[in-house]
Amino acid sequence: MEKFTIITGIAAPLMRRNIDTDAIMPGKELPKFEKTSYGDGLFGQWRYIDGNRKENPDFILNQPPFRKAIILLADANFGCGSSREVAVWALVDFGIRCVIAPSFASIFFNNCFKNGLLPVILEDSQVHEIARQVENSSGKELVTVDLEKCQVIGPVKQVYPFTVNEIYREMLLQGLDPIDAALRYESKIAAFQETDRVDRPWIYQY
Amino acid sequence: MKKPATLVDKIWDSHVIMDLGQNTYLIHIDRNFQHELTGATSLNGIDNAGRKIRNAELAFGVMDHVLDTHPGRGDETPIPGGTGFIREFRQRATSHGIRLFDIDDPDQGISHVISPELGIALPGCTYVCGDSHTCTIGGIGALAFGIGSSDAEHVFATQTIIQTKPQNMRVNFNGKLGKEVFAKDMVLYLIAYIGAAGGIEHAVEFAGPVIRDMPIDGRLTICNMAVEFSARTGIVAPDDITLDYFKGRRFAPKGDMWEKAVAYWRTLPSDPEAHFDKEVDIDCNEISPQVTWGTSPEHSIAVDGRVPNPAQAPDSHSRMTMERAIAYIGLKPGTPLEEVKIDAAFIGSCTNARLSDLREAARILKGRKVAPGICAICSPGSYQTKLRAEAEGIDRIFREAGFEWRESGCSMCMSGGAGGEGFNTGQHVLSTTNRNFEDRQGRGVRSHLASPVTVAASAITGHITDPRKIGG
Repeated sequence: MEKFTIITGIAAPLMRRNIDTDAIMPGKELPKFEKTSYGDGLFGQWRYIDGNRKENPDFILNQPPFRKAIILLADANFGCGSSREVAVWALVDFGIRCVIAPSFASIFFNNCFKNGLLPVILEDSQVHEIARQVENSSGKELVTVDLEKCQVIGPVKQVYPFTVNEIYREMLLQGLDPIDAALRYESKIAAFQETDRVDRPWIYQY
Repeated sequence: MKKPATLVDKIWDSHVIMDLGQNTYLIHIDRNFQHELTGATSLNGIDNAGRKIRNAELAFGVMDHVLDTHPGRGDETPIPGGTGFIREFRQRATSHGIRLFDIDDPDQGISHVISPELGIALPGCTYVCGDSHTCTIGGIGALAFGIGSSDAEHVFATQTIIQTKPQNMRVNFNGKLGKEVFAKDMVLYLIAYIGAAGGIEHAVEFAGPVIRDMPIDGRLTICNMAVEFSARTGIVAPDDITLDYFKGRRFAPKGDMWEKAVAYWRTLPSDPEAHFDKEVDIDCNEISPQVTWGTSPEHSIAVDGRVPNPAQAPDSHSRMTMERAIAYIGLKPGTPLEEVKIDAAFIGSCTNARLSDLREAARILKGRKVAPGICAICSPGSYQTKLRAEAEGIDRIFREAGFEWRESGCSMCMSGGAGGEGFNTGQHVLSTTNRNFEDRQGRGVRSHLASPVTVAASAITGHITDPRKIGG
């Protein structure tokens, strides 16, 4: 997994509430195996006209400089709906490394950390403020996301601290594989099951 | 004395392997159920990384998402690339010794339907599946989470997941249900009331007298849509109805083990003094049959209501969202829902395709015909559900009314959005499914969510119809 320490770049405001994973990655892009080359399908039904690859000029990610965005700004409950991890793969493959929103749907939020994508939760007013500032500069003023210091630096250099769970932070900072991390606890897992087989045998024998 | 605990606290705490700090835990997963999409992807990941499956005996698989639902189906599916997933999952699941309910298995069906039906999901167990509607399983008193394919890989390799503990929320359904009002109407009403993000970060226990009297099928329907208001999961405390449901099921405990399990399950309901971070009361007397007018399950109103006017939205963001929804759905503000003509009707999905759903719809359809030009499809939730319905003559009622009677699978809830068999652009579809998102049932398709009874009534008249007016 790619490490995440500090990034600086273009932030694209897509300030809608309840952006669901069907919208982030349309279902018709689902039947693929590899975790790469999903970027073309990102926001497919909004980004393209009539279901083909003709770009919709009104969609923000089709407009310079936002085509090169590495940060996405969104409104509350980002990533709701389907559990499809392709939604995360599509964002990452497009080049997005961080999504900043007032809240995230939980399955999407969990999926992010396994793929080097950082979901940052800021206050509703803060996200809107950053979005306004980005728009005022037509996207030219960059945004920094610093996972070491746990802060976002907005387009007018204002600092917004955020919190992120320490386990996930370590995973991203070091690019750790979460399965390898959990396998370090194998003896505890084995001990749990040993007791549990006595307490709740019906779980293991059927 | 022990601190009073909620049902969710009790199940969670009994599955903690390690406290990782900051409200994050390594928890044991008792049941890992995967389908051909996330199953193929996660096992592919396992094999590529050269990992072992830790507890193959706690893993189950089924074909439900991309497979065809036409009679006589095989591996070929209208969803582009779908066949590859079916074959890949079959091959990898078999090689790892995972019990698989394949296309021709007499217990095949939608995972969230067959898992309780077979007694694979049990009260008090932790349960995961690579699908957001895994929360359905909460209806039998399990703690069930939808996960992505990386987490599915994680569970295959470690039999655990790392999760933050959800906050506790309780929704009390009080009062009494009116005529032709069902579990689906209750949950749509709730979502419209608290909003599509109303349950975020909470595990939601559904309680109150209406839930206590409700059979398992309805509880599963309500929990199914917990994710539609962004709850981490939904759950109903196990009770006599739950125990009666499980007794004798294929994978449920038997003999002494059954007695031991029952004694444990009896300890699970929330303690009377348990703390809930959020509590919502719903008066069921207020609930009419519900239909969605827009593109979010929160866009749900009484069937005899009118499409709302965005100008009356409480804030500018709501107005913008409503305007987008109205533009997509192609209805003018103020239009009575009952004047909306429909092009198609679908009864199926993990929300509403269990036997009681089919019986209720059949009651309305009996001796009637769907309106001319309506494409009407029913896909039972499982092969066993289909067989039981056929034994009761329900299939004949559906067929004689003009419904297609399909095989089981995610069917028209999944296929159209995935580039397979879908409805046509601009068509209005009345559907017993759980998502009315843009393009969910095909490019530009306008989905309206409702109960099986409302869908059946509307299929007959050809427009959105209040089932209380049609009778049956």
